[in-house]
Amino acid sequence: MAEGSIATAPSPGAPSVDEEVFFGFTRPQAAAFLALVVIVVASPFVIYPFFLMKLLCFALFACAFNLLIGYVGLLSFGHAAYFGMGAYVSGYAAKEWGVTPEVAILLGGATGALLGIPFGWLAIRRTGIYFAMITLALAQMVYFFCVQAPFTGGEDGIQAIPRRSLFGVFSLDSDFAMYWVVAGVFLGGFLLIHRVVHSPFGQVLKAIRDNEPRAISLGYRTDDYKLMAFVLSAGIAGLAGAVKALAMKIATLTDVLWTMSGEVVLMSLVGGLGTIFGPVAGAAFIVTMQTYLAEFGAWVLVIQGVIFIAAVLAFRRGLVGEVGHLLKVKL
Amino acid sequence: MEDLLFEIQLAMPQVVLGVINGAFYALLSLGLAVIFGMLNVINFAHGAQFTLGAFVAWMLLSWLGVGYWPALILAPLIVGAIGVAMERTMIARLYRIDHLYGLLLTFGCALVIEGLLRNSFGSSGQRYAPPREFAALDLELGDFFLPGYRVWVLIAASTVCLATWLIIEKTKVGSYLRAATERPQLVQAFGINVPLMMTLTYGAGVALAAFAGVLAAPIYSVSPAMGANFIITVFAVVVIGGMGSIAGSIVTGFMLGLIQGITEVFWPEASQTVVFVIMAVVLLTRPAGLFGRA
Repeated sequence: MAEGSIATAPSPGAPSVDEEVFFGFTRPQAAAFLALVVIVVASPFVIYPFFLMKLLCFALFACAFNLLIGYVGLLSFGHAAYFGMGAYVSGYAAKEWGVTPEVAILLGGATGALLGIPFGWLAIRRTGIYFAMITLALAQMVYFFCVQAPFTGGEDGIQAIPRRSLFGVFSLDSDFAMYWVVAGVFLGGFLLIHRVVHSPFGQVLKAIRDNEPRAISLGYRTDDYKLMAFVLSAGIAGLAGAVKALAMKIATLTDVLWTMSGEVVLMSLVGGLGTIFGPVAGAAFIVTMQTYLAEFGAWVLVIQGVIFIAAVLAFRRGLVGEVGHLLKVKL
Repeated sequence: MEDLLFEIQLAMPQVVLGVINGAFYALLSLGLAVIFGMLNVINFAHGAQFTLGAFVAWMLLSWLGVGYWPALILAPLIVGAIGVAMERTMIARLYRIDHLYGLLLTFGCALVIEGLLRNSFGSSGQRYAPPREFAALDLELGDFFLPGYRVWVLIAASTVCLATWLIIEKTKVGSYLRAATERPQLVQAFGINVPLMMTLTYGAGVALAAFAGVLAAPIYSVSPAMGANFIITVFAVVVIGGMGSIAGSIVTGFMLGLIQGITEVFWPEASQTVVFVIMAVVLLTRPAGLFGRA
């Protein structure tokens, strides 16, 4: 990989604990994952579940984004399209068709994936900066579509989305009950991405990231791999949006706007691009910041911009990447 | 025949509006192309710098009483100087690493600029009245009326685009620039200060954006979001044209504005998205862009 490439995973000097012990996790990663599970399970007893749900939805969204930039080396600047459309479709299905939450969530994920097929097919024709601009432009097209399409409710969005009962049995009216669904989807999505990245398929993705011509010369149809990764990423982003729509009971134009695409880039960058836990840490950091600074209005924009600049100039490894570098482990 | 004439008369305002939009696309994508050619950075802050140009003109007028004509020169100089400072302090540190970091950094800068403007002036637009003397340029053809200021925008934008193209393609400075774009080390070895050229190029590109901003101020309301609305479409324009040639970005900009205007007549709902659809078609047939080199 070229020196200073954006997807450079933190390179610990000859790690002694690199063998994978379970589910593709190395020993330190497994420890970190168990810690994550404990935090996810314990925190609703301490922290306001509504806030936690928001955090986990964005964490999953950031993980989906990170799958592309971290393991395929493609920076998408249009992931809001899949997130936002996932939110709209699941919100609409839950409100207007009266489907149960699990169906609404799956519909949202399917929407993201379906949208990812043509968009990914177009975008993977270029790489690098062009890929970023193309994904951004395509997402803007989705935004304009959502502004005009009647089912999105225009400026008002879809409000008061009912959560109903999981499988028609367990009522999700309370935030505490809904939290477990969000946590389940988050952990499921997190493990899915991790499993994919550490499968033979994931190895090919990393080969493409590091040296695409060589991967082609070895006989891999790299475009197929890139498209599959793109669709998977878009699908999980749609899933995150769908869960968000049910948890927050609202789907609006903000979810499809380009600023949302920028936010997910920021979360992954702050946490650490190409690290497994980075997007989660970054999402936690940014969502917390937004919540506490909400009263300062447009200053949030300025602070986010400053964090962006600082992250690019001073700590490109991100929070988790820096910790991993200090401890000489890959997180 | 009568009907057709009538149709054309009805369509004219939209088409002209499209061409004026195209003039802004051309100015903005030209600046992006100049910066990208030299620095290999996609300047995401371009839209914010366009907005900043409009706001500087507005501030000059409402705070200092400095009118439109001086602002047309001063605002690009001021914003260009800010650009030079940005390049020296931040962007210059990123040349050795992945170009995507330049995109992310300038995106951060765009957020800072837009946020600061929002804090100071709110989200709603400020009015910037065009000088009176443009009434002399008013065009009236039957029922069709084109305000003189818009005629001026077309003239000014075309002139600046042409001048930039001439400077880059026909002058000695331009030849240095083109050489440094192709082989920076070699040009440096000839004793030309390439880092200084990069700084000035960025400043010039940013000044072009600010110039477009001043031109736009009397047409659109001066608001913090005005640049963001433009820049994403301009990115699509850049992808369509390909960043290989200066002339290409100018032609593509005007052409897409025109197409957008025509679409507005026949299918208004699609006018916002038509540029992105064209982008998709171009990607399928000529992935490097119409004027791009693969």
